[in-house]
Amino acid sequence: MSGVANFINIGERTNVTGSAKFKKLIMEGDFATALDVARSQVENGAQIIDVNMDEGLLDSEKAMVTFLNLIASEPDISRVPVMLDSSKFEVIEAGLKCVQGRAVVNSISLKEGEAAFLEQARTIRRYGAAVVVMAFDENGQAETAQHKYEICRRSYDLLVEKAGFQPWDIIFDPNIFAVATGIEEHNDYANAFFEAIKLIKADMPDTHVSGGLSNVSFSFRGNNAVREAMHSAFLYHAIPLGMNMAIVNAGQITVYDDIPEELRERVEDVLFNRRDDATERLLEIADKYKGTGEASKKEDPKWREAPVEKRLEHALVHGITDFVVEDTEECRLRSEKPLHVIEGPLMDGMNVVGDLFGAGKMFLPQVVKSARVMKTAVAHLLPFMEEEKRQQGDTSAKGKVLMATVKGDVHDIGKNIVGVVLQCNNYDVVDMGVMVPTEDIIAKAKEEKADIIGLSGLITPSLDRMVEVAAEMKRQGLDLPLLIGGATTSKKHTALKIAPEYEHGVIHVDDASKAVGVVSKLLSKTARPVYLSEIAAEQEQMRAGDDRGGDRPTSPLMQARANAFDGGWDSYTPPAPQTPGLTVIDDTEVATLRGFIDWTPFFATWEMRGNFPAILDDPDRGETARELYDNAQKMLDRIESEGWFNPRGVVGLWPANSRGDDILVWTDETRGKLRARMPQLRQQRNKTRDTAQMCLADFVAPEGTADWVGGFAVTTGPEVHEIADQLKAEGNDYDSIMVQALGDRLAEAFAEALHARVRRSLWGYAPGEELDNTGLIREQYRGIRPAPGYPACPDHTEKRTLFDLLDAPAHTGLELTDSCAMWPASAVSGLYFSHPEARYFGIGRIGPDQVSDYAARKGMEIAEAEAWLAPSLAYRPDKSSADRKIA
Amino acid sequence: MTETDITAHAARRILVLDGAMGTMIQQHKPGEEVYRGTRFADWTSDVGGNSELLSLTQPEMIRDIHTAFLEAGADILCTNTFGANAISQADYGMEGLVTEMNAESVRLAREAAEAMSSPDRPRWVAGGIGPTNQTASLSPDVNDPGYRAVTFDDLAKAYGEAARALVKAGVDVLLVETIFDTLNAKAALFAIDSLKDEGLDVPPLMISGTITDRSGRTLTGQTPEAFWVSMSHARPFSVGLNCALGAGEMRQHVRTLSDVADTRISAYPNAGLPNEMGGYDETPEETAAHLGEWADAGLVNIVGGCCGTTPDHIRAIADAVAGKSPRAVPATVRRLRLSGLEMFEAPGTSTEDAA
Repeated sequence: MSGVANFINIGERTNVTGSAKFKKLIMEGDFATALDVARSQVENGAQIIDVNMDEGLLDSEKAMVTFLNLIASEPDISRVPVMLDSSKFEVIEAGLKCVQGRAVVNSISLKEGEAAFLEQARTIRRYGAAVVVMAFDENGQAETAQHKYEICRRSYDLLVEKAGFQPWDIIFDPNIFAVATGIEEHNDYANAFFEAIKLIKADMPDTHVSGGLSNVSFSFRGNNAVREAMHSAFLYHAIPLGMNMAIVNAGQITVYDDIPEELRERVEDVLFNRRDDATERLLEIADKYKGTGEASKKEDPKWREAPVEKRLEHALVHGITDFVVEDTEECRLRSEKPLHVIEGPLMDGMNVVGDLFGAGKMFLPQVVKSARVMKTAVAHLLPFMEEEKRQQGDTSAKGKVLMATVKGDVHDIGKNIVGVVLQCNNYDVVDMGVMVPTEDIIAKAKEEKADIIGLSGLITPSLDRMVEVAAEMKRQGLDLPLLIGGATTSKKHTALKIAPEYEHGVIHVDDASKAVGVVSKLLSKTARPVYLSEIAAEQEQMRAGDDRGGDRPTSPLMQARANAFDGGWDSYTPPAPQTPGLTVIDDTEVATLRGFIDWTPFFATWEMRGNFPAILDDPDRGETARELYDNAQKMLDRIESEGWFNPRGVVGLWPANSRGDDILVWTDETRGKLRARMPQLRQQRNKTRDTAQMCLADFVAPEGTADWVGGFAVTTGPEVHEIADQLKAEGNDYDSIMVQALGDRLAEAFAEALHARVRRSLWGYAPGEELDNTGLIREQYRGIRPAPGYPACPDHTEKRTLFDLLDAPAHTGLELTDSCAMWPASAVSGLYFSHPEARYFGIGRIGPDQVSDYAARKGMEIAEAEAWLAPSLAYRPDKSSADRKIA
Repeated sequence: MTETDITAHAARRILVLDGAMGTMIQQHKPGEEVYRGTRFADWTSDVGGNSELLSLTQPEMIRDIHTAFLEAGADILCTNTFGANAISQADYGMEGLVTEMNAESVRLAREAAEAMSSPDRPRWVAGGIGPTNQTASLSPDVNDPGYRAVTFDDLAKAYGEAARALVKAGVDVLLVETIFDTLNAKAALFAIDSLKDEGLDVPPLMISGTITDRSGRTLTGQTPEAFWVSMSHARPFSVGLNCALGAGEMRQHVRTLSDVADTRISAYPNAGLPNEMGGYDETPEETAAHLGEWADAGLVNIVGGCCGTTPDHIRAIADAVAGKSPRAVPATVRRLRLSGLEMFEAPGTSTEDAA
């Protein structure tokens, strides 16, 4: 069967004349389920789907248009071409106006004569579709092979010569009729079709031959096994002759070789009209096979076996609404609040959608479809949420978002999409359209009592309009957040130009899939202040990085070097480490680390500023602080008893010397071969006091005196993320944050505990040190452990050298990201200095002379060094390409 | 200027299309009053940003921009008619001016082109037809995905009016461009073909789609191949891509089109991706280096620039492709091709490759 690979499967189930189920769905207006029929056709391998709405009681034109428009937003259906199937040309033409792809019209014929045929053909050609031509003329449908061929040939000449069709855009349907009907004249119908294929393909080889396969088995309605066998056998014989497409139910063809021998023989007797009693013989055995067809083998899709969160994610990603209500209900029953289902699994699923969209793995129509699934889920939860509100007397209104494309700009597709996605999530959207003057936006926001304003713009001048809107919002005393979106906008422009004009939150939203997350945060009383302050901080940082109001004075690098800290190397002998080289620390337990936790930053994480333990007795916040502290202790108990975390660390102590502002690490005590060079930065502030201008290298003895430096990296481990993610997935945001906050604190505690161990034993320069935790926190010990990226050595890239020296990934599992952030994030790394006068300091701002010197020492381009050191620069570097003004 | 004329030249060399009209207009930073001119001083709605209106109110500005691109080496000028259709102009209440805008825009481009043309170096005027600001394939209302804000018939009517004016004013080519929704473009092609019923002589057609982002699809989800198949019935003079992407990002999609399309290939990318401030940073040399490489690779027949490209870009592009062979137009593909969001190609028939 060499032809099988060339065979084109046309799905037939979306046909009201062929499928009772589909007809019922359309008649009842259940288009959602009707779409599932189409989807399952494509999933079952249909390469084209036939859509037919010819039903007397139906407004066929309207049904065709509705269904095709709905398909357009179902990318897993609309990826395949459509066959527009109708006996009414107006239905076909209405359909042609709905499909962006190249469709096939099914069908036209010479039934009404040449003039009508040509007019329809030319119209189809103008819409750009291919065409199916029935072997039908003024005298009726052709039954014999010769007649079928003659009508096809006549049609071909008209199409190619007069209507401008290419031969390969023509598909002939030479009529498959039912056989085994009991009427003798019908017995040769299959044979006639087979013969016609040969004649057509011999004469018009570029054309295609198709047919409505289910017709042939019409006599055996209700007996799928026999029908499937007939279809399969029919194709088996027609394909090699040149039939290369058929309208079939892909799920209703059996494998030819799977047809029982007896059945196949009798089916073929019928098709080939091989014996007079062929029909009777097939009828004799037909009942025996009833109920064994492919259709009865239907099984549940595999994805239904996954955990419910994964099922929801699958449904969101694939836009499947079938099970979303039951899955959502399952989540709701195990969540504390219905809202947690939205904030947990549903938003997680939408985040996956957003990520896929961002990565170009999903495209817009799919995202819109995902949003619809989301809407279905939210709609299910809404009554429960209303009920909860009612019980709690919460009267906070549903959020209202006012959207507009700014004055001077007429682009609004992006804005419409955002509007759609927000609507899906049950936000009220007031869309003011395009070219909306600033004054109108503000007036409308007041009138509608909007909660959020969203501005969109695509062209460059719109950026200035957005600035204008923000300024006007401020002038008129509005206090609702402002969202900025559209192709020309950016986080940076928002931070630099728009946000400074308005203090109640200006947030850049870079795509529609993220809009819901942002809006939900802004409308949540609890999340909003945190989120807005995060955004404000981020924007402040962007502004600081861009422009700090002109250059600051710095003292020349040479002068600063002359004013270096004096280590007193003549009268001081640095201590040699007791345990030089690498020491892997894998025996540290949470139980030990708990005692080293510095709780003040823990409370800061929860937006509670104040010193521990005083904060526990704070008159206003004490109660909350105590509750938080109790919960933290309980969580620590669980972490400890259930062994959630496995802290890991590594320490290295190496022979080292300073050379200028560099720290040189030697391979061994012979100090002849360099293992690594760690360039450091020096304070360059204008000297106003009689103090040294510090550099970490000053704490290490110059060459000639034996000295050492240390390094370390510790982490609470990847389990922090895994557990936090899991808790979040369960809708338990509180515990999720708690786990992360404690993970971070334990990493810091680990660093503190390890530093003590280094001082007392590994390096061993303070064996008798006895400090309690308060003493440790106050750094009442000798030596420091500054971290790259922090004030004394602000260059994050120094972590690369450190990690290399420590072989940190192998020993701790820590990795550096491209931006030199550590992953897992609950981690600390740094250098050890033992000098008795070593202390923490900040580099402050540095001048171009030092940056250029440093870049040379690092082997970096100046621009790259400037980028890494951006917050420490005392000057504005040359405008990089990203900042270049618009032409 | 005849079809054979441009066809003959296209067979010998890579033709150069002009650069971005919008970018050039923005360099003038026209204010509301400039758009209005004296004639529309009392127009009731704001008209700032209505670039096509400038053909009526600031004809010198538009003609000068054309001249600048011609001097830079453009062979084909695109008229200032991107939004000169009733749907786009409805935002300004200027639907009634569509025919005049198109006719005047052709006149300005024609005057500039005539001044620069010579018998051995003709310049052509392409009548630009933009996508309108509506989409026929997507619903703006998620609760009613079957709804459409604009119909095929609305679009065909608006496109027909614009195209009729362009053809009557005597353009050498029609350029249907920046296609983000193929159904919109199909309505344009339908309307253009229908002009033949009025006895008009429809010039060759250039078609240019827009791959909107990294998904590698049009806004309405079609792959470049599917887009070509949806447009192929028009048997255009060329098909290609413009806008949204810089040359670096566009190349793979031009390559894809070049592989499937049995007609000439055009490409006029933006000057890189927009930077964070909404501007375009790619230098003329950078853009030209890409396009020169495409020419070397045999991918293109017509090149030019879209957003952010200036006469300097066009000059560099023209230099970069000068003397390089145009892509050889492949033989007609004798296969049934259909499309949804993706291309479907029927397996070959017995006479395949016989052509």
